[in-house]
Amino acid sequence: MGRYIVRRLLQMIPVFIGATLIIFLMVYALGDPVTALFGDRSPDPATARALRAEFNLDKPLWHQYLLYMGKIFTGDFGTAFNGQPVTDLMRHAFPISLRLAVVALVLEMLIGIALGVVTGLRRGRAVDTTVLVLTLVVIAIPTFVLGTTAQYFLGVKLGWIDPAVGPDAPFNQLLVPGLILCLVSLAYVTRLTRTSVVENARSDYIRTAVAKGLPRSRITVRHLLRNSLIPVVTYLGADIGTLMAGAIVTERIFNIQGVGYQLFQGILRQNSPTVVGFVVVLVLIFLIANLLVDLLYAVLDPRIRYA
Amino acid sequence: MPDQARQPLGAQEDATAEGLTAGASEATPEPGAPHGLWTDAWHDLRRNPVFLVSALLILFLVLVALWPGLIATGDPNHCELIRSLEGPSAGHWFGFDTQGCDVYTRTVHGARASITVGVCATLGVALLGAVIGGLAGFYGGFWDAVLSRLGDIFFGIPMVLGAIVFLSMVSLGGIWPVVLIIAALGWPQIARIARGAVITAKQNDYVQAARALGASNTRMLLRHILPNAVAPVIVMATIMLGTFIALEATLSYLGVGLRPPTVSWGVDISAASDGMQFRNAPHILLYPAGALSITVLAFIMLGDAVRDALDPKLR
Repeated sequence: MGRYIVRRLLQMIPVFIGATLIIFLMVYALGDPVTALFGDRSPDPATARALRAEFNLDKPLWHQYLLYMGKIFTGDFGTAFNGQPVTDLMRHAFPISLRLAVVALVLEMLIGIALGVVTGLRRGRAVDTTVLVLTLVVIAIPTFVLGTTAQYFLGVKLGWIDPAVGPDAPFNQLLVPGLILCLVSLAYVTRLTRTSVVENARSDYIRTAVAKGLPRSRITVRHLLRNSLIPVVTYLGADIGTLMAGAIVTERIFNIQGVGYQLFQGILRQNSPTVVGFVVVLVLIFLIANLLVDLLYAVLDPRIRYA
Repeated sequence: MPDQARQPLGAQEDATAEGLTAGASEATPEPGAPHGLWTDAWHDLRRNPVFLVSALLILFLVLVALWPGLIATGDPNHCELIRSLEGPSAGHWFGFDTQGCDVYTRTVHGARASITVGVCATLGVALLGAVIGGLAGFYGGFWDAVLSRLGDIFFGIPMVLGAIVFLSMVSLGGIWPVVLIIAALGWPQIARIARGAVITAKQNDYVQAARALGASNTRMLLRHILPNAVAPVIVMATIMLGTFIALEATLSYLGVGLRPPTVSWGVDISAASDGMQFRNAPHILLYPAGALSITVLAFIMLGDAVRDALDPKLR
């Protein structure tokens, strides 16, 4: 197990460097942050030169990248163009997005798996068909449409929730945004769990368990569910990326000042240090989450052993 | 038609006789009679209502995308501010949007942008992914390692994230930057599947036989391996098509994808949700969002049906 983790971590290094390099090039080679800073006016050449020198923008791109990465490993993500250190923005934004992600993941797992087991065990019945059709509808309607309509009906018209989340973003205000964020993934989790429950319900070990006279609940939870969760866990790894992207939309709709919100503001204003800094951290989270998911297999399925 | 290559040796004559285009005259294949994956799949699909409904819907959408003038004669950018947010009426079924443009005309004309982005991005992703994944799987060793790591790098950038950064930096507008970035970031998913399929196909006896008979690499790839590895790629690509159409709308909603005067569902939905303008005129959100959802749904259902038909595990 230890050697496997070390190997995976080593494999992550080139991927991390490559992915961050691509983002870095997109931001610094395609856009010109100094010109963007001045908006529609053309910048004063002397000021522009001073800014370029201050942010290392006058050096060749590869040199800029090396300088940037070198600083990151000392915890210095640079300064946004308005003078605020990027780490300050992160310290405020990441806890909020983490809460949102926790709400989304918990709802997704609890509701998704429960619905998947229920429909899988009652295949072909009314419950099954209804839930399947609903999942398709949820997948087909774009998140931003669901989000804005939910905000309007629940927030403005009925007044059940706050239409905009406050700067502290406590858990209770994040329930509906979290649900909206995870709805598409929830639908996929439901469908995946259902398929694998249907497959496993026919297997020999379930028949044995029934023949032994075990109670139904024990068979479902201990025998059926544990084996059916493996494809769901696989999906979870890819889903982290979906949630990150979805957070940009959801946080914009509900005015949650988390990572997606800051990142989007940074992109709109071409605030390059903010954009690159946040994306670098997100890529790192994505890679580590996928490693954790692979390790989770071994917990769920003792037949899988990593050498 | 890839039918022949799928058959075990000696079964080829029966297979060609029972070709895919035999149509309705061909009854249920006799049990035990040799028939290819594609014949089987087509046989299943023709009887699958989900496939028929979604295929008809997609045919309709493609026709509308090609010739929107057939069912909406007006100009989508012809707007009269005096009619702003007017509700649906007999002459204008879907009413008018904030700018006083006819929502029906705009919804019909919006199909072209969405379908073009979806189809072109999927073609790009499928070609890029199939070629890179196929070569990695076929040659193995060093090239496999290099190409797989390259795929990991692009896979490590969440798609929407990368697309927003790229599009806001190039800020050209129009559909081609959107197609380009989706293709550039989406191919590893196809490549992984293609690689796996090629590795499986490579180990088949008839491929080994072809190699023993001195077939060139090109011939083996194109004649023997490709027809066997293409099914999973097609399934994945169909499912991805629907998600790419939704992705275009999301990017347009965020203001970095398509922009006015390009007519697209994403642009219209974005305009309708901006500042909750839909609250007094739900029709300006309902119709473009409905058209988008139905299109995405049609492609997802088609993908599901094709997967069920082509997946040998379910036979």
